[in-house]
Amino acid sequence: MIIRRPPDIRSSEITPKNVYVNRRKFIKNAAFGMAGVATVPAVLNTLESEEPQEIPARFRSMRSELNEPLNSYSDITTYNNFYEFGTQKDDPHRNSGDFRPAPWTVRIGGEVNKPGDYQLEDLLSPQRMEDRVYRLRCVEAWSMVIPWRGFPLADLIRRVEPTGNAKFVEFKTIVRPEEMPGQRAPILQWPYVEGLRMDEAMNPLTLMVTGLYGMDLPNQNGAPLRLIVPWKYGFKGVKSIVSIDFVENMPLNTWKQMQSNEYGFYANVNPEVSHPRWSQAREIRLPGLFKSHPTEMFNGYGDQVAHMYAGMDLSRWY
Amino acid sequence: MTQIHAVSALKVVLWLSALAPGGWLVRGLYSGALGANPVETLTHVTGMTTLVLLLVTLAVSPLRMLSGWNPMIRLRRPLGLFAFFYACLHFLIWFVFYNLVNLQYMLEDVAERPYITVGFSAFVILIPMAVTSTKGWIRRLGKRWSTLHRGIYFAAMLGVVHYYWLVKADTRLPLLLGMCLLVLLGLRAPALARKRSVSRPSS
Repeated sequence: MIIRRPPDIRSSEITPKNVYVNRRKFIKNAAFGMAGVATVPAVLNTLESEEPQEIPARFRSMRSELNEPLNSYSDITTYNNFYEFGTQKDDPHRNSGDFRPAPWTVRIGGEVNKPGDYQLEDLLSPQRMEDRVYRLRCVEAWSMVIPWRGFPLADLIRRVEPTGNAKFVEFKTIVRPEEMPGQRAPILQWPYVEGLRMDEAMNPLTLMVTGLYGMDLPNQNGAPLRLIVPWKYGFKGVKSIVSIDFVENMPLNTWKQMQSNEYGFYANVNPEVSHPRWSQAREIRLPGLFKSHPTEMFNGYGDQVAHMYAGMDLSRWY
Repeated sequence: MTQIHAVSALKVVLWLSALAPGGWLVRGLYSGALGANPVETLTHVTGMTTLVLLLVTLAVSPLRMLSGWNPMIRLRRPLGLFAFFYACLHFLIWFVFYNLVNLQYMLEDVAERPYITVGFSAFVILIPMAVTSTKGWIRRLGKRWSTLHRGIYFAAMLGVVHYYWLVKADTRLPLLLGMCLLVLLGLRAPALARKRSVSRPSS
Protein backbone atom coordinates (compact mmCIF):
# COMPACT_ATOMS: atom_id res chain seq x y z
CA MET A 1 0.00 0.00 0.00
CA ILE A 2 1.23 3.44 -0.85
CA ILE A 3 -0.37 6.40 0.77
CA ARG A 4 0.65 9.82 -0.38
CA ARG A 5 -1.03 13.03 0.46
CA PRO A 6 -1.44 15.21 -2.58
CA PRO A 7 0.49 18.46 -2.28
CA ASP A 8 -1.06 21.57 -3.70
CA ILE A 9 -0.51 21.49 -7.40
CA ARG A 10 1.65 24.24 -8.79
CA SER A 11 1.45 24.87 -12.48
CA SER A 12 5.14 24.02 -12.72
CA GLU A 13 4.27 20.52 -11.66
CA ILE A 14 1.90 19.82 -14.49
CA THR A 15 3.37 17.18 -16.75
CA PRO A 16 3.51 18.17 -20.39
CA LYS A 17 1.60 15.62 -22.33
CA ASN A 18 4.53 14.46 -24.43
CA VAL A 19 6.56 13.70 -21.32
CA TYR A 20 3.74 11.73 -19.88
CA VAL A 21 3.19 9.80 -23.07
CA ASN A 22 6.88 9.01 -23.37
CA ARG A 23 6.76 7.33 -20.00
CA ARG A 24 4.81 4.59 -21.69
CA LYS A 25 7.39 3.97 -24.37
CA PHE A 26 9.49 2.26 -21.79
CA ILE A 27 6.68 -0.10 -20.86
CA LYS A 28 5.87 -0.67 -24.48
CA ASN A 29 9.41 -1.50 -25.42
CA ALA A 30 9.77 -3.79 -22.47
CA ALA A 31 6.58 -5.61 -23.36
CA PHE A 32 7.59 -6.03 -26.96
CA GLY A 33 11.05 -7.19 -26.06
CA MET A 34 9.45 -9.86 -23.96
CA ALA A 35 7.04 -10.80 -26.67
CA GLY A 36 9.77 -10.88 -29.26
CA VAL A 37 7.48 -9.13 -31.66
CA ALA A 38 9.55 -6.30 -32.97
CA THR A 39 7.14 -5.14 -35.62
CA VAL A 40 4.01 -5.09 -33.59
CA PRO A 41 2.09 -1.98 -33.82
CA ALA A 42 0.97 0.55 -31.34
CA VAL A 43 -1.40 -1.72 -29.51
CA LEU A 44 -0.25 -0.36 -26.22
CA ASN A 45 -0.87 3.17 -27.28
CA THR A 46 -4.58 2.77 -26.84
CA LEU A 47 -6.63 5.88 -27.24
CA GLU A 48 -3.69 8.00 -26.23
CA SER A 49 -5.48 11.05 -27.52
CA GLU A 50 -7.87 10.86 -24.58
CA GLU A 51 -5.11 11.40 -22.07
CA PRO A 52 -6.09 14.55 -20.21
CA GLN A 53 -3.54 17.31 -20.19
CA GLU A 54 -3.79 18.06 -16.51
CA ILE A 55 -2.45 14.90 -14.90
CA PRO A 56 -0.52 16.19 -11.90
CA ALA A 57 3.21 15.63 -11.97
CA ARG A 58 3.26 13.54 -8.83
CA PHE A 59 1.82 10.66 -10.84
CA ARG A 60 4.70 10.62 -13.27
CA SER A 61 6.98 8.63 -11.04
CA MET A 62 4.28 7.04 -8.93
CA ARG A 63 4.33 3.26 -8.74
CA SER A 64 2.77 0.57 -6.65
CA GLU A 65 4.55 -0.73 -3.57
CA LEU A 66 5.79 -3.57 -5.78
CA ASN A 67 7.28 -1.01 -8.17
CA GLU A 68 4.61 -1.62 -10.79
CA PRO A 69 3.96 1.20 -13.27
CA LEU A 70 0.51 2.79 -13.36
CA ASN A 71 -1.93 2.07 -16.13
CA SER A 72 -2.67 5.06 -18.30
CA TYR A 73 -5.61 7.31 -17.58
CA SER A 74 -7.13 6.32 -20.90
CA ASP A 75 -6.87 2.59 -20.20
CA ILE A 76 -8.50 3.07 -16.82
CA THR A 77 -11.33 5.18 -18.22
CA THR A 78 -12.14 3.36 -21.47
CA TYR A 79 -12.07 -0.26 -20.35
CA ASN A 80 -14.72 -0.75 -17.69
CA ASN A 81 -17.23 -3.27 -16.45
CA PHE A 82 -20.17 -1.09 -15.47
CA TYR A 83 -23.20 -2.93 -16.83
CA GLU A 84 -25.47 0.00 -15.97
CA PHE A 85 -24.01 1.63 -19.08
CA GLY A 86 -23.77 -1.51 -21.24
CA THR A 87 -21.96 -4.84 -21.23
CA GLN A 88 -19.12 -4.06 -23.64
CA LYS A 89 -15.93 -2.73 -22.10
CA ASP A 90 -16.11 0.59 -23.96
CA ASP A 91 -19.85 1.05 -23.36
CA PRO A 92 -19.46 2.87 -20.01
CA HIS A 93 -17.04 5.31 -21.60
CA ARG A 94 -19.34 5.88 -24.57
CA ASN A 95 -22.74 5.77 -22.85
CA SER A 96 -22.21 7.60 -19.57
CA GLY A 97 -22.21 11.14 -20.93
CA ASP A 98 -25.76 11.89 -19.76
CA PHE A 99 -25.19 10.71 -16.23
CA ARG A 100 -25.39 13.46 -13.59
CA PRO A 101 -23.22 12.70 -10.55
CA ALA A 102 -24.16 15.96 -8.84
CA PRO A 103 -26.07 16.81 -6.77
CA TRP A 104 -25.73 13.51 -4.91
CA THR A 105 -27.29 12.14 -1.76
CA VAL A 106 -26.26 9.00 0.08
CA ARG A 107 -28.81 7.36 2.35
CA ILE A 108 -27.21 5.76 5.37
CA GLY A 109 -29.45 3.44 7.33
CA GLY A 110 -29.92 0.23 9.24
CA GLU A 111 -28.12 -0.46 12.48
CA VAL A 112 -26.58 2.98 13.05
CA ASN A 113 -27.00 5.75 15.53
CA LYS A 114 -26.77 8.46 12.89
CA PRO A 115 -28.88 7.36 9.94
CA GLY A 116 -30.00 9.87 7.37
CA ASP A 117 -29.82 11.31 3.90
CA TYR A 118 -26.38 12.80 3.61
CA GLN A 119 -25.38 15.29 0.96
CA LEU A 120 -22.20 14.04 -0.65
CA GLU A 121 -20.34 17.24 0.27
CA ASP A 122 -21.23 16.74 3.92
CA LEU A 123 -19.94 13.18 3.81
CA LEU A 124 -16.69 14.23 2.17
CA SER A 125 -15.88 17.53 3.86
CA PRO A 126 -14.46 16.06 7.10
CA GLN A 127 -12.25 13.67 5.14
CA ARG A 128 -8.70 14.18 4.05
CA MET A 129 -8.33 12.70 0.58
CA GLU A 130 -5.39 10.43 -0.21
CA ASP A 131 -3.86 9.03 -3.37
CA ARG A 132 -3.55 5.27 -3.18
CA VAL A 133 -2.05 3.03 -5.81
CA TYR A 134 -3.83 -0.30 -5.86
CA ARG A 135 -3.87 -3.28 -8.17
CA LEU A 136 -7.35 -3.96 -9.51
CA ARG A 137 -7.86 -7.64 -10.30
CA CYS A 138 -11.00 -8.36 -12.29
CA VAL A 139 -12.69 -11.73 -11.89
CA GLU A 140 -12.22 -12.03 -15.67
CA ALA A 141 -8.47 -12.49 -15.10
CA TRP A 142 -7.13 -9.11 -16.16
CA SER A 143 -5.62 -6.49 -13.90
CA MET A 144 -4.54 -2.87 -13.81
CA VAL A 145 -2.60 -0.62 -11.45
CA ILE A 146 -4.66 2.44 -10.58
CA PRO A 147 -4.00 5.60 -8.54
CA TRP A 148 -7.30 6.10 -6.73
CA ARG A 149 -8.20 9.12 -4.67
CA GLY A 150 -10.36 8.59 -1.63
CA PHE A 151 -10.54 7.95 2.09
CA PRO A 152 -10.85 4.88 4.31
CA LEU A 153 -14.39 3.55 4.61
CA ALA A 154 -13.58 2.98 8.29
CA ASP A 155 -13.54 6.77 8.90
CA LEU A 156 -17.03 7.14 7.53
CA ILE A 157 -18.29 4.12 9.47
CA ARG A 158 -16.99 5.52 12.76
CA ARG A 159 -18.76 8.81 12.12
CA VAL A 160 -22.18 7.21 11.66
CA GLU A 161 -21.75 4.96 14.71
CA PRO A 162 -23.01 1.48 13.85
CA THR A 163 -24.75 -0.41 16.65
CA GLY A 164 -23.67 -3.78 17.99
CA ASN A 165 -26.11 -5.48 15.63
CA ALA A 166 -24.27 -4.29 12.54
CA LYS A 167 -22.46 -7.34 11.16
CA PHE A 168 -22.34 -6.41 7.49
CA VAL A 169 -22.44 -3.31 5.31
CA GLU A 170 -24.62 -3.30 2.21
CA PHE A 171 -24.09 -0.86 -0.67
CA LYS A 172 -26.38 -0.08 -3.58
CA THR A 173 -25.79 1.60 -6.91
CA ILE A 174 -28.23 4.23 -8.08
CA VAL A 175 -31.04 3.20 -10.47
CA ARG A 176 -31.58 5.75 -13.21
CA PRO A 177 -32.50 3.99 -16.44
CA GLU A 178 -33.07 7.34 -18.14
CA GLU A 179 -29.37 8.15 -17.69
CA MET A 180 -28.01 4.60 -17.56
CA PRO A 181 -28.98 2.81 -20.78
CA GLY A 182 -27.81 -0.58 -19.53
CA GLN A 183 -30.47 -0.51 -16.84
CA ARG A 184 -33.22 -0.47 -19.46
CA ALA A 185 -32.72 -4.21 -19.97
CA PRO A 186 -32.91 -6.80 -17.19
CA ILE A 187 -29.34 -8.02 -17.67
CA LEU A 188 -28.66 -7.92 -13.95
CA GLN A 189 -31.19 -7.30 -11.24
CA TRP A 190 -31.04 -3.57 -10.55
CA PRO A 191 -29.98 -2.01 -8.30
CA TYR A 192 -26.51 -3.51 -8.15
CA VAL A 193 -25.88 -4.67 -4.58
CA GLU A 194 -22.58 -5.39 -2.87
CA GLY A 195 -21.56 -5.97 0.70
CA LEU A 196 -18.71 -6.43 3.12
CA ARG A 197 -18.34 -8.05 6.49
CA MET A 198 -17.86 -5.43 9.19
CA ASP A 199 -14.18 -6.25 9.74
CA GLU A 200 -13.54 -6.09 5.99
CA ALA A 201 -15.28 -2.73 5.82
CA MET A 202 -13.16 -1.45 8.71
CA ASN A 203 -9.88 -2.70 7.21
CA PRO A 204 -7.59 0.29 6.51
CA LEU A 205 -7.15 -0.84 2.89
CA THR A 206 -10.86 -0.52 2.13
CA LEU A 207 -11.38 2.74 0.33
CA MET A 208 -14.28 5.00 -0.52
CA VAL A 209 -13.16 6.45 -3.83
CA THR A 210 -14.03 9.82 -5.31
CA GLY A 211 -11.30 10.20 -7.89
CA LEU A 212 -8.41 8.78 -9.86
CA TYR A 213 -5.18 10.33 -11.09
CA GLY A 214 -5.93 13.15 -8.67
CA MET A 215 -9.08 14.14 -10.55
CA ASP A 216 -12.77 13.54 -9.94
CA LEU A 217 -14.03 10.08 -10.92
CA PRO A 218 -15.32 10.02 -14.47
CA ASN A 219 -18.88 8.70 -14.78
CA GLN A 220 -17.71 5.41 -16.29
CA ASN A 221 -15.57 4.68 -13.24
CA GLY A 222 -18.43 5.06 -10.77
CA ALA A 223 -18.85 8.77 -10.09
CA PRO A 224 -19.27 10.33 -7.68
CA LEU A 225 -18.58 7.71 -5.01
CA ARG A 226 -17.51 4.09 -5.27
CA LEU A 227 -15.95 1.34 -3.21
CA ILE A 228 -12.52 -0.22 -3.76
CA VAL A 229 -11.49 -3.39 -1.94
CA PRO A 230 -8.11 -4.22 -3.44
CA TRP A 231 -7.76 -7.81 -2.21
CA LYS A 232 -11.11 -8.79 -3.74
CA TYR A 233 -12.22 -9.19 -7.34
CA GLY A 234 -13.23 -5.94 -8.99
CA PHE A 235 -16.96 -6.62 -8.94
CA LYS A 236 -16.97 -5.99 -5.18
CA GLY A 237 -16.18 -2.34 -5.98
CA VAL A 238 -19.75 -1.12 -6.26
CA LYS A 239 -20.03 2.15 -8.19
CA SER A 240 -22.18 5.29 -7.97
CA ILE A 241 -23.26 4.43 -4.42
CA VAL A 242 -26.59 5.84 -3.20
CA SER A 243 -27.15 3.82 -0.07
CA ILE A 244 -25.09 2.29 2.69
CA ASP A 245 -26.95 0.02 5.12
CA PHE A 246 -25.63 -1.61 8.24
CA VAL A 247 -27.28 -5.01 8.56
CA GLU A 248 -27.24 -8.14 10.65
CA ASN A 249 -27.33 -10.72 7.85
CA MET A 250 -25.01 -11.28 4.92
CA PRO A 251 -26.25 -9.20 1.98
CA LEU A 252 -26.98 -11.04 -1.26
CA ASN A 253 -24.65 -9.39 -3.72
CA THR A 254 -25.74 -9.06 -7.35
CA TRP A 255 -23.31 -11.47 -9.01
CA LYS A 256 -23.83 -14.12 -6.37
CA GLN A 257 -27.57 -13.79 -6.83
CA MET A 258 -27.05 -14.06 -10.59
CA GLN A 259 -24.87 -17.19 -10.49
CA SER A 260 -23.95 -18.41 -7.04
CA ASN A 261 -21.75 -21.29 -8.21
CA GLU A 262 -19.46 -18.78 -9.97
CA TYR A 263 -19.50 -15.71 -7.75
CA GLY A 264 -19.55 -15.70 -3.97
CA PHE A 265 -19.92 -13.07 -1.28
CA TYR A 266 -16.25 -12.96 -0.31
CA ALA A 267 -14.72 -12.88 -3.81
CA ASN A 268 -11.19 -12.74 -2.42
CA VAL A 269 -8.57 -12.90 -5.14
CA ASN A 270 -7.31 -16.48 -4.97
CA PRO A 271 -5.16 -18.18 -7.61
CA GLU A 272 -6.05 -21.58 -6.24
CA VAL A 273 -9.80 -21.33 -6.59
CA SER A 274 -10.81 -21.36 -10.23
CA HIS A 275 -13.80 -19.60 -11.58
CA PRO A 276 -15.76 -22.56 -12.99
CA ARG A 277 -15.17 -21.24 -16.50
CA TRP A 278 -11.56 -20.15 -16.29
CA SER A 279 -8.47 -20.53 -14.15
CA GLN A 280 -7.62 -17.70 -11.77
CA ALA A 281 -3.98 -18.79 -11.49
CA ARG A 282 -2.73 -16.26 -14.05
CA GLU A 283 -3.90 -12.87 -15.26
CA ILE A 284 -3.28 -10.41 -18.08
CA ARG A 285 -1.65 -7.35 -16.57
CA LEU A 286 -2.92 -4.73 -18.95
CA PRO A 287 -1.73 -3.23 -21.19
CA GLY A 288 0.22 -6.47 -21.64
CA LEU A 289 -0.92 -9.07 -24.13
CA PHE A 290 -0.21 -12.38 -22.43
CA LYS A 291 -2.07 -14.09 -19.63
CA SER A 292 1.27 -14.70 -18.00
CA HIS A 293 1.22 -12.62 -14.81
CA PRO A 294 0.91 -14.95 -11.81
CA THR A 295 -2.08 -14.06 -9.65
CA GLU A 296 -1.22 -13.51 -6.02
CA MET A 297 -3.23 -14.63 -3.03
CA PHE A 298 -5.39 -11.72 -1.86
CA ASN A 299 -4.02 -9.85 -4.88
CA GLY A 300 -0.75 -9.36 -3.01
CA TYR A 301 -2.34 -7.74 0.07
CA GLY A 302 -2.23 -10.88 2.24
CA ASP A 303 -0.07 -9.25 4.95
CA GLN A 304 -2.86 -6.84 5.71
CA VAL A 305 -5.94 -8.98 5.23
CA ALA A 306 -5.20 -12.71 5.51
CA HIS A 307 -5.78 -12.67 9.30
CA MET A 308 -9.47 -11.92 8.72
CA TYR A 309 -9.94 -15.29 7.04
CA ALA A 310 -7.87 -17.48 9.36
CA GLY A 311 -9.45 -20.90 9.63
CA MET A 312 -11.92 -20.30 6.81
CA ASP A 313 -12.12 -22.77 3.94
CA LEU A 314 -11.59 -20.31 1.10
CA SER A 315 -12.53 -22.82 -1.57
CA ARG A 316 -15.95 -23.02 0.06
CA TRP A 317 -16.29 -19.33 0.90
CA TYR A 318 -15.16 -18.05 -2.49
CA MET B 1 -22.81 -16.04 -69.14
CA THR B 2 -24.37 -13.20 -67.17
CA GLN B 3 -25.00 -15.67 -64.38
CA ILE B 4 -21.29 -16.42 -64.23
CA HIS B 5 -20.59 -12.69 -64.14
CA ALA B 6 -23.09 -12.31 -61.36
CA VAL B 7 -21.43 -15.05 -59.32
CA SER B 8 -18.00 -13.52 -59.90
CA ALA B 9 -19.31 -10.15 -58.76
CA LEU B 10 -20.80 -11.78 -55.68
CA LYS B 11 -17.50 -13.49 -55.00
CA VAL B 12 -15.74 -10.15 -55.02
CA VAL B 13 -18.28 -8.85 -52.53
CA LEU B 14 -17.79 -11.99 -50.47
CA TRP B 15 -14.02 -11.67 -50.36
CA LEU B 16 -14.17 -8.00 -49.46
CA SER B 17 -16.71 -8.44 -46.70
CA ALA B 18 -15.09 -11.57 -45.31
CA LEU B 19 -11.71 -9.86 -45.15
CA ALA B 20 -13.16 -6.68 -43.62
CA PRO B 21 -13.13 -7.83 -39.96
CA GLY B 22 -9.52 -8.99 -40.34
CA GLY B 23 -8.59 -5.72 -41.97
CA TRP B 24 -10.28 -3.78 -39.21
CA LEU B 25 -8.32 -5.73 -36.59
CA VAL B 26 -4.97 -5.20 -38.31
CA ARG B 27 -5.71 -1.49 -38.67
CA GLY B 28 -6.81 -1.35 -35.03
CA LEU B 29 -3.55 -2.93 -33.91
CA TYR B 30 -1.74 0.02 -35.41
CA SER B 31 -4.13 2.79 -34.44
CA GLY B 32 -4.87 1.57 -30.93
CA ALA B 33 -8.58 1.23 -31.69
CA LEU B 34 -8.72 -2.22 -30.10
CA GLY B 35 -8.81 -0.70 -26.62
CA ALA B 36 -6.93 -1.37 -23.41
CA ASN B 37 -7.14 -5.14 -23.86
CA PRO B 38 -6.41 -5.72 -27.54
CA VAL B 39 -6.12 -9.48 -27.15
CA GLU B 40 -9.65 -9.64 -25.79
CA THR B 41 -10.91 -7.64 -28.77
CA LEU B 42 -8.99 -9.90 -31.18
CA THR B 43 -10.52 -12.95 -29.53
CA HIS B 44 -14.06 -11.62 -29.58
CA VAL B 45 -13.99 -10.31 -33.14
CA THR B 46 -12.44 -13.44 -34.66
CA GLY B 47 -14.86 -15.65 -32.72
CA MET B 48 -17.89 -13.64 -33.71
CA THR B 49 -16.78 -13.52 -37.35
CA THR B 50 -16.36 -17.30 -37.38
CA LEU B 51 -19.89 -17.79 -36.08
CA VAL B 52 -21.47 -15.33 -38.47
CA LEU B 53 -19.64 -16.83 -41.45
CA LEU B 54 -20.72 -20.33 -40.43
CA LEU B 55 -24.32 -19.13 -40.36
CA VAL B 56 -23.95 -17.38 -43.72
CA THR B 57 -22.45 -20.58 -45.17
CA LEU B 58 -25.44 -22.48 -43.85
CA ALA B 59 -27.74 -19.92 -45.46
CA VAL B 60 -26.50 -20.61 -49.00
CA SER B 61 -28.43 -23.82 -49.63
CA PRO B 62 -31.80 -22.59 -48.32
CA LEU B 63 -31.39 -19.35 -50.27
CA ARG B 64 -30.61 -21.34 -53.39
CA MET B 65 -33.74 -23.42 -52.93
CA LEU B 66 -35.92 -20.41 -52.23
CA SER B 67 -34.57 -18.37 -55.12
CA GLY B 68 -34.05 -21.25 -57.53
CA TRP B 69 -30.78 -19.59 -58.53
CA ASN B 70 -28.34 -22.49 -58.61
CA PRO B 71 -24.98 -20.76 -59.34
CA MET B 72 -25.19 -19.39 -55.82
CA ILE B 73 -23.83 -22.70 -54.57
CA ARG B 74 -20.40 -21.60 -55.72
CA LEU B 75 -20.27 -19.14 -52.83
CA ARG B 76 -20.53 -21.91 -50.28
CA ARG B 77 -16.96 -23.17 -50.34
CA PRO B 78 -15.22 -19.78 -50.03
CA LEU B 79 -17.61 -18.83 -47.22
CA GLY B 80 -16.87 -22.03 -45.36
CA LEU B 81 -13.14 -21.59 -45.83
CA PHE B 82 -13.29 -18.03 -44.55
CA ALA B 83 -15.15 -19.29 -41.49
CA PHE B 84 -12.34 -21.78 -40.96
CA PHE B 85 -9.74 -19.06 -41.48
CA TYR B 86 -11.23 -16.99 -38.65
CA ALA B 87 -11.62 -20.10 -36.49
CA CYS B 88 -7.88 -20.73 -36.94
CA LEU B 89 -7.07 -17.14 -35.92
CA HIS B 90 -9.39 -17.43 -32.93
CA PHE B 91 -7.72 -20.69 -31.88
CA LEU B 92 -4.21 -19.33 -32.36
CA ILE B 93 -4.89 -16.16 -30.35
CA TRP B 94 -6.24 -18.27 -27.51
CA PHE B 95 -3.34 -20.73 -27.70
CA VAL B 96 -0.64 -18.06 -27.85
CA PHE B 97 -1.87 -15.28 -25.56
CA TYR B 98 -4.03 -17.15 -23.06
CA ASN B 99 -2.22 -20.50 -23.00
CA LEU B 100 1.28 -19.15 -23.71
CA VAL B 101 1.90 -21.82 -26.39
CA ASN B 102 1.83 -24.36 -23.59
CA LEU B 103 0.17 -27.60 -24.65
CA GLN B 104 -0.49 -28.62 -21.08
CA TYR B 105 -2.30 -25.36 -20.26
CA MET B 106 -4.28 -25.80 -23.44
CA LEU B 107 -5.34 -29.36 -22.70
CA GLU B 108 -6.27 -28.42 -19.12
CA ASP B 109 -8.50 -25.69 -20.47
CA VAL B 110 -10.10 -28.05 -22.98
CA ALA B 111 -10.66 -30.72 -20.33
CA GLU B 112 -11.87 -28.51 -17.48
CA ARG B 113 -13.87 -25.71 -19.05
CA PRO B 114 -17.03 -26.88 -20.81
CA TYR B 115 -17.33 -23.77 -22.98
CA ILE B 116 -13.79 -24.38 -24.22
CA THR B 117 -14.46 -28.08 -24.69
CA VAL B 118 -17.33 -27.33 -27.08
CA GLY B 119 -15.53 -24.48 -28.81
CA PHE B 120 -12.45 -26.60 -29.35
CA SER B 121 -14.60 -29.49 -30.61
CA ALA B 122 -16.22 -27.19 -33.14
CA PHE B 123 -12.78 -26.17 -34.36
CA VAL B 124 -11.64 -29.81 -34.64
CA ILE B 125 -14.75 -30.69 -36.65
CA LEU B 126 -13.96 -27.92 -39.12
CA ILE B 127 -10.40 -29.11 -39.82
CA PRO B 128 -11.16 -32.20 -41.98
CA MET B 129 -13.87 -30.24 -43.75
CA ALA B 130 -11.40 -27.53 -44.71
CA VAL B 131 -8.81 -30.11 -45.78
CA THR B 132 -11.28 -31.95 -48.02
CA SER B 133 -12.68 -28.85 -49.65
CA THR B 134 -10.69 -29.30 -52.87
CA LYS B 135 -12.09 -30.78 -56.09
CA GLY B 136 -9.77 -33.76 -55.77
CA TRP B 137 -11.07 -34.68 -52.34
CA ILE B 138 -14.67 -34.16 -53.39
CA ARG B 139 -14.11 -36.67 -56.21
CA ARG B 140 -12.20 -39.14 -54.07
CA LEU B 141 -14.69 -39.17 -51.20
CA GLY B 142 -17.82 -39.33 -53.33
CA LYS B 143 -20.90 -39.75 -51.16
CA ARG B 144 -18.86 -39.76 -47.98
CA TRP B 145 -17.88 -36.15 -48.71
CA SER B 146 -21.43 -34.92 -48.07
CA THR B 147 -21.60 -36.93 -44.87
CA LEU B 148 -18.34 -35.46 -43.64
CA HIS B 149 -19.41 -31.94 -44.51
CA ARG B 150 -22.63 -32.24 -42.56
CA GLY B 151 -20.22 -31.57 -39.71
CA ILE B 152 -20.95 -27.89 -40.22
CA TYR B 153 -24.30 -28.35 -38.45
CA PHE B 154 -22.53 -29.66 -35.38
CA ALA B 155 -19.75 -27.09 -35.58
CA ALA B 156 -22.27 -24.25 -35.78
CA MET B 157 -24.33 -25.63 -32.91
CA LEU B 158 -21.26 -26.14 -30.73
CA GLY B 159 -20.05 -22.68 -31.69
CA VAL B 160 -23.27 -21.05 -30.52
CA VAL B 161 -23.21 -23.05 -27.28
CA HIS B 162 -19.58 -22.00 -26.78
CA TYR B 163 -20.62 -18.36 -27.07
CA TYR B 164 -23.69 -18.78 -24.88
CA TRP B 165 -21.71 -20.46 -22.13
CA LEU B 166 -18.93 -17.90 -22.05
CA VAL B 167 -20.89 -14.68 -21.63
CA LYS B 168 -21.28 -13.58 -18.04
CA ALA B 169 -24.79 -12.17 -18.00
CA ASP B 170 -25.82 -10.66 -21.30
CA THR B 171 -27.06 -13.64 -23.32
CA ARG B 172 -28.99 -11.63 -25.90
CA LEU B 173 -26.50 -11.91 -28.76
CA PRO B 174 -25.75 -15.65 -28.38
CA LEU B 175 -29.48 -16.31 -28.20
CA LEU B 176 -30.03 -14.30 -31.37
CA LEU B 177 -27.36 -16.31 -33.20
CA GLY B 178 -28.93 -19.51 -31.84
CA MET B 179 -32.29 -18.46 -33.21
CA CYS B 180 -30.78 -17.74 -36.62
CA LEU B 181 -29.23 -21.19 -36.56
CA LEU B 182 -32.56 -22.81 -35.70
CA VAL B 183 -34.26 -20.98 -38.58
CA LEU B 184 -31.53 -22.10 -40.98
CA LEU B 185 -31.85 -25.70 -39.82
CA GLY B 186 -35.65 -25.44 -39.96
CA LEU B 187 -35.53 -24.29 -43.57
CA ARG B 188 -33.84 -27.58 -44.41
CA ALA B 189 -36.58 -29.73 -42.93
CA PRO B 190 -38.92 -29.67 -45.99
CA ALA B 191 -36.10 -30.57 -48.36
CA LEU B 192 -35.00 -33.35 -46.08
CA ALA B 193 -38.54 -34.72 -45.86
CA ARG B 194 -38.90 -34.54 -49.65
CA LYS B 195 -35.65 -36.42 -50.12
CA ARG B 196 -36.87 -39.18 -47.84
CA SER B 197 -40.22 -39.55 -49.59
CA VAL B 198 -38.52 -39.61 -52.99
CA SER B 199 -35.88 -42.08 -51.99
CA ARG B 200 -38.20 -44.49 -50.22
CA PRO B 201 -39.84 -46.12 -53.26
CA SER B 202 -36.53 -46.64 -55.01
CA SER B 203 -34.80 -48.24 -52.07
